Amino acid sequence: MEIKNAVAGTLESGDIMIQIAPAEKEGLHIDLDSTVAAQFGRQIRAVIEETLTGMGVTDAEIKATDKGARDCTIRARVTAAAVRATGVDVWES
Amino acid sequence: MSSYMERSATVKSVAAAMNKQVFANKIEKSGEFRKEYQMKGSKIATLEDAIIKSGLKDGMTISFHHHFRGGDKVVNMVVGKLAEMGFKNLTIAASSLSDVHAPLIEHIRNGVVTGISTSGLRGELAEEISRGLLKEPVVFRSHGGRGGAVMSGELHIDVAFLGASSCDPAGNASGYSRSENAKSICGALGYAIPDSMMADKVVIITDDLVEYPNIPNAISEDDVDYVVLVDSVGDSSKISSGAIRDTKNPRDILLAQMAAKVIINGGYFQDGFSIQTGSGGASLAAVKYIRESMIEKGIHASYALGGITAHMVKMHEEGLIHRLIDVQSFDRVAAESIKTNLLHKGVGANEYASTAEGSAVHYLDMVILSALEVDVNFNVNVLVGSNGVIRGAVGGHPDTAAESALSIVVCPLMRGRIPCVVKEVTTLVTPGSTVDVIVTEYGIAVNPRRPELAERLRKAGLEIVDIHELQRLAYDYVGEPDPLPFGDKVVGVVLNRDGSVQDVIMNILD
Repeated sequence: MEIKNAVAGTLESGDIMIQIAPAEKEGLHIDLDSTVAAQFGRQIRAVIEETLTGMGVTDAEIKATDKGARDCTIRARVTAAAVRATGVDVWES
Repeated sequence: MSSYMERSATVKSVAAAMNKQVFANKIEKSGEFRKEYQMKGSKIATLEDAIIKSGLKDGMTISFHHHFRGGDKVVNMVVGKLAEMGFKNLTIAASSLSDVHAPLIEHIRNGVVTGISTSGLRGELAEEISRGLLKEPVVFRSHGGRGGAVMSGELHIDVAFLGASSCDPAGNASGYSRSENAKSICGALGYAIPDSMMADKVVIITDDLVEYPNIPNAISEDDVDYVVLVDSVGDSSKISSGAIRDTKNPRDILLAQMAAKVIINGGYFQDGFSIQTGSGGASLAAVKYIRESMIEKGIHASYALGGITAHMVKMHEEGLIHRLIDVQSFDRVAAESIKTNLLHKGVGANEYASTAEGSAVHYLDMVILSALEVDVNFNVNVLVGSNGVIRGAVGGHPDTAAESALSIVVCPLMRGRIPCVVKEVTTLVTPGSTVDVIVTEYGIAVNPRRPELAERLRKAGLEIVDIHELQRLAYDYVGEPDPLPFGDKVVGVVLNRDGSVQDVIMNILD
């Protein structure tokens, strides 16, 4: 799947900004910067991975800047970023 | 022997028998106009001279108050001077420390400061200490606990450096000034009062040296050794830090309405009740609803305690609250009120909240408190953040919770992704045995110790939920937090107000 640079989300409190770029090497590489990293970093990474994998994105560089977003927000932002990056509109299909 | 000259031999022998000197009659009397004369008083000194004369030595304990909160200039000024003079190994016994005290980090690195006791820590200093900057753990006490410990001598202070907005040459000091040269105002000086009474030496640092007699005064000349005039002791605009704004946050308004309902229906909302509220948004908004109900029902309060805020002053001036007892004025309006309102009284921290009979908290009916987090056992943490870094203050929280007839903790279920009703608080600050009601926007929980209270609230139509339900709901929304990466070094000790060790804070790892 071809990946272009794409962004979704904001840096507002309670939100997460997801930046997706083409993979430099195989696999999903998540660079996470989170205000709640100590308690939720592991879970945030898992949600990002799950969401991308579920959309068929297996190789990408992901920069995630999190301001305490909940899982539903993270899924929405990752989905939006992935749709923009891949051009595959999951909401249409 | 009818002349004192004739009795001189007898005077000499009596003096010798009493091991006293014979009166030398070498008194020099000044004829100077006393307004000018007093300004040459022996207590007036430069900061450096006052430090030298105080006899301060390496390894001693110095104290400070935090009435200027984020605007304080005294701690950095004094410790900076002490560093310059080459002092080492000092312990700072502050009533609280905040963001503005980040320069202490360097003084700790350089060995000037090696110990801290305080009620709170914030900002960079708190961050560094949480990561293990200090060799010895910081000792945390509540305001009442500190007041009591100072008075009993358990917390011994060698030299107290106390900022004041006015002071006369004799040492009568106040948190406001009536002179034309007034530069600052902080209102009550409650945290400075025990220190002024018990420290071996007391240095008042003021930015307005006024004429004697500076009355009414919070600190008495009897307790003061030196008076130092400086340009500024604090930035008064930073006392309230915006706490007085009426909240527009809908969640805070909901929490406030719920807290007010608990107050009104808890059984203590009767003529002559006493109350304390914090300065947080929900707490202030609750006061608005309580006021309306007081007017509607014709109920008056005997006294409000605090942490006095503009809202309380307004209700006092309206005749709804008879008296204000103030350890620390929370905003400019309160600070001005203590100057102008006769029945707005400043009290020392010991008189405010120590365990002694007769401290103001002892006769407190109700208190509304906030929290960083609460747990299923009603324990409260107001000191350590969800990332394991110290970022708050014990304050009067455990004192008022323990002594009041009804303690209400207002806390949102979550803040962003952080659950605030948890299985176990990060740090035990206020024991659950002293917390009666927890108000969240998802429901009100009543401590099982107080079934009669739950019954009263239910009868008033309030829905009471199990605290475990609230915790589960929070975890359902945000997930269960992973344990924080604490190390094995003790960086803080939380003392109970009775002086016992209640909890410890471990260093946080990256």
